[in-house]
Amino acid sequence: MSIATHISLALLLLGLAFWTIVVRDTFSAVAGFIPYGLLLTSAWLALAAIDVALTEAAIGAGLTGALLIAAASRLHKTEIAARAEQRGTITRILAAILATTMTAAIMACILRLPDRAPTLAPTVARHLAQTGVGNPITAVLLSFRAMDTLLEAIVLLVGLIAIWSLAPDRAWGGRPGQAQTEDPKGPLAYLARVLPPIGIVIAIYIFWVGADHPGGKFQGATILAAMWLLVMMSGLSDAPAIDRGWLRFLLIVGPAAFIAVGFLGVVVAGAFLSYPTGFAKLLIVLIEAALLPSLAVTLALLLAGPPRRPGRRA
Amino acid sequence: MTAAANLLTITAVLAGAFFFLAGTVGLLRFPDTLTRLHALTKADNLGLGLVVLGLLPRTGSVVAGFKLILVWLLVLLASSAVSQLIARNARRSPP
Amino acid sequence: MDDFLRAATVFVLAMVALGLRCVLRGPCDADRMMAAQLFGSGGIAALLLFQAASGLKPVIDVALTLAVLAAFASVAFVKAGTNSNDAEEGPQQ
Repeated sequence: MSIATHISLALLLLGLAFWTIVVRDTFSAVAGFIPYGLLLTSAWLALAAIDVALTEAAIGAGLTGALLIAAASRLHKTEIAARAEQRGTITRILAAILATTMTAAIMACILRLPDRAPTLAPTVARHLAQTGVGNPITAVLLSFRAMDTLLEAIVLLVGLIAIWSLAPDRAWGGRPGQAQTEDPKGPLAYLARVLPPIGIVIAIYIFWVGADHPGGKFQGATILAAMWLLVMMSGLSDAPAIDRGWLRFLLIVGPAAFIAVGFLGVVVAGAFLSYPTGFAKLLIVLIEAALLPSLAVTLALLLAGPPRRPGRRA
Repeated sequence: MTAAANLLTITAVLAGAFFFLAGTVGLLRFPDTLTRLHALTKADNLGLGLVVLGLLPRTGSVVAGFKLILVWLLVLLASSAVSQLIARNARRSPP
Repeated sequence: MDDFLRAATVFVLAMVALGLRCVLRGPCDADRMMAAQLFGSGGIAALLLFQAASGLKPVIDVALTLAVLAAFASVAFVKAGTNSNDAEEGPQQ
């Protein structure tokens, strides 16, 4: 891509980011954030980082946008009071100085980066064949740095538990969100009936193709979560009560399988999460297949929020 | 690539770009939220459809062509449902 | 041909940026909801043109993902806007 395109993309990004910060109404700010996520996707594509662009499109634009808009609507009642707050002049000057200093420091660091960035990409490329997968990003995530992926999955789970802890006592174990009262013959119900089957196929395709091409379990899980949330939002199916056994099983099956493979590695190949020769691809596929439903359910429940309605025991 | 296929691509993409232009002009000039929504949904989706049509001859395989059409159908499905919802919202709370 | 497609990509992106500017300054909430819509059609068109111009095959998968998730984000947006409108009109929430 030419210099002109890069520059115009950068200017567009900066302009939109500035507008998102400056605008007063949070609804509008989130409305600007979603196109910002999509512009960032284009930026990643301009840098030929397709896996990152895929993840940015899925998480940055789709899921984070929905998360922010849910937060904004919960804050709606206090927004007028928050907007009326005025900070003192001294606070503002200090904040301006701090922000400018930080920006100058970051700019200085970027300008002083070495010309040849230190990179492990050639090393990864040399050992790629041993992992059995063709996509170097999948190889890094699930083979060379599998530990990081495991911890990331567990962190998401812990985040979900933290969100659940915000539930009022009487609603613990209950269903998240309000009961949706949508017209079962309306356009939203129609969309929620037609789109999810297609979305599920696309999600599994993206998951499967991630072994050798851009894709993988994380992007696939995001699509699955989005489809489930769509069904919940349209009222076709109520959010599940969080004390259901099948729900909790799905949440832990991914990290549990990952840890089990890790200990298998201790027994068979000498170190935690090391794969015995020849079995690498099989184990990677196994881990990804177990993580896919876990991640999907975790992400969907993260967005659904803490339980608000009592479940079985009312 | 044959000359005919190239011609199809150029014509269709130009037509698609024209419809995007028309949609954006409508977005800028129409007075009312509902009319702006109309411009956005109709013109942009037609523009996307023409772009997909123009890019079909350039795909290397049947699967890639199928994916292109699937993208267009998905966008059509989503925007028709979502525009109905936006319109309902706009009518319930005029500015 | 590649140059033509690249120019088309930039043109569509410019149209989207222009539309975005208009939609984000609109008078009511429904205008803002159109922002996600706008990117759903215009942004994906730009992506497809970029894929054809650059020859990177997997970009179509990004367009597929975007199509599905833009639909979801738009719906989430409209539902949130509708709910906050209802909250303003009635005390039940």
